[in-house]
Amino acid sequence: MKTIEQTTDEILDLAAAHFKVPRAGLQPSDDFYKKLGIDSLQALELLTRLENHFSVELPDYEVQGVSDFRTLASRIQARL
Amino acid sequence: MEEYKGKTLSWRLSDGVVELALHCAPANEIGTAMLEDLERFAAALTFLESRASAVIFHSKQKAGFSAGADLRELYSQAQKMDPASAVTGVRQFLERIHAVLNCLDASPLTTIAAVHGVCFGGGFELALACDLIIADKMARFCFPELRLGLIPGFGGIPRLKRDVGNAVVRDLLLTGRSVNATKALAVGLVSQVAAEGEALRVARSAANQVTKFDRATSAAAKAFIKPLPAEELRREIDTFCDLFTKPAVMEGLRKFVKNSGPHPYLP
Repeated sequence: MKTIEQTTDEILDLAAAHFKVPRAGLQPSDDFYKKLGIDSLQALELLTRLENHFSVELPDYEVQGVSDFRTLASRIQARL
Repeated sequence: MEEYKGKTLSWRLSDGVVELALHCAPANEIGTAMLEDLERFAAALTFLESRASAVIFHSKQKAGFSAGADLRELYSQAQKMDPASAVTGVRQFLERIHAVLNCLDASPLTTIAAVHGVCFGGGFELALACDLIIADKMARFCFPELRLGLIPGFGGIPRLKRDVGNAVVRDLLLTGRSVNATKALAVGLVSQVAAEGEALRVARSAANQVTKFDRATSAAAKAFIKPLPAEELRREIDTFCDLFTKPAVMEGLRKFVKNSGPHPYLP
């Protein structure tokens, strides 16, 4: 079982790699819409990449209103 | 005609396979312009059916296959009319799109939707009219209509019911959530999952296989296994039009259309 810190790190790694932003510049508390400069469609893409990476299902309503990496990690953690 | 280049889509017949590309920015929203192009395709089907075995629908838009009905057009058109005229206009649009999708659904050609990215609402309904859905692993399927006070109106409910179990239908419709390609494959919604960016290549391979078969036999098999749920399709239009008169629908559409932030208005 991953820890929440490990899950958060993996999300930050994946987001940095895919959206081509420096990993060192991403923090768990960051607003990923702002930090990654993404819109709602790209946020869906991130959601799909996370589902594929962690092999989980994340219904949209569970991540609705979530905009920081740490809370996103907690939603994923609850499904692992 | 073997080839067509329209404002929102283009098609080309080659080696027994028709490839129809959706290319309406930003995300192949289905409004009047795309409906007109789809009607041109439906009118050309009889000609194409005599020369082809398969059709592949795919998208050239990065965002995905299709984000669904053009809600901005729907809202702006409805705003120009009194409520009764707006419902009449919506019904006419639905009758036209149903005619196209029914034609595609029952075509003797083997129809394949090669899906990447978003496949939402009306776009999902277009894919469901096809015989096979081949999705890349980044595809995402959703019926968000209930989140705006509506139901799918392009034939999505009867076709979804035809393809998958009722528990899946209820989950998708009643929560309005989206599912990825892996889940869609697991529940039998899609036929094959391809690697990212590979759905069209995989669809071409499937279409090429289809061209090896006797066309009349393929058509007979399709007619046997894929009946058109005509009565339910009719009821879906009536229900959609009944719901469309509710003030909450227009308010939901207004919020959706006016929202310009990164978070979409979807309750």
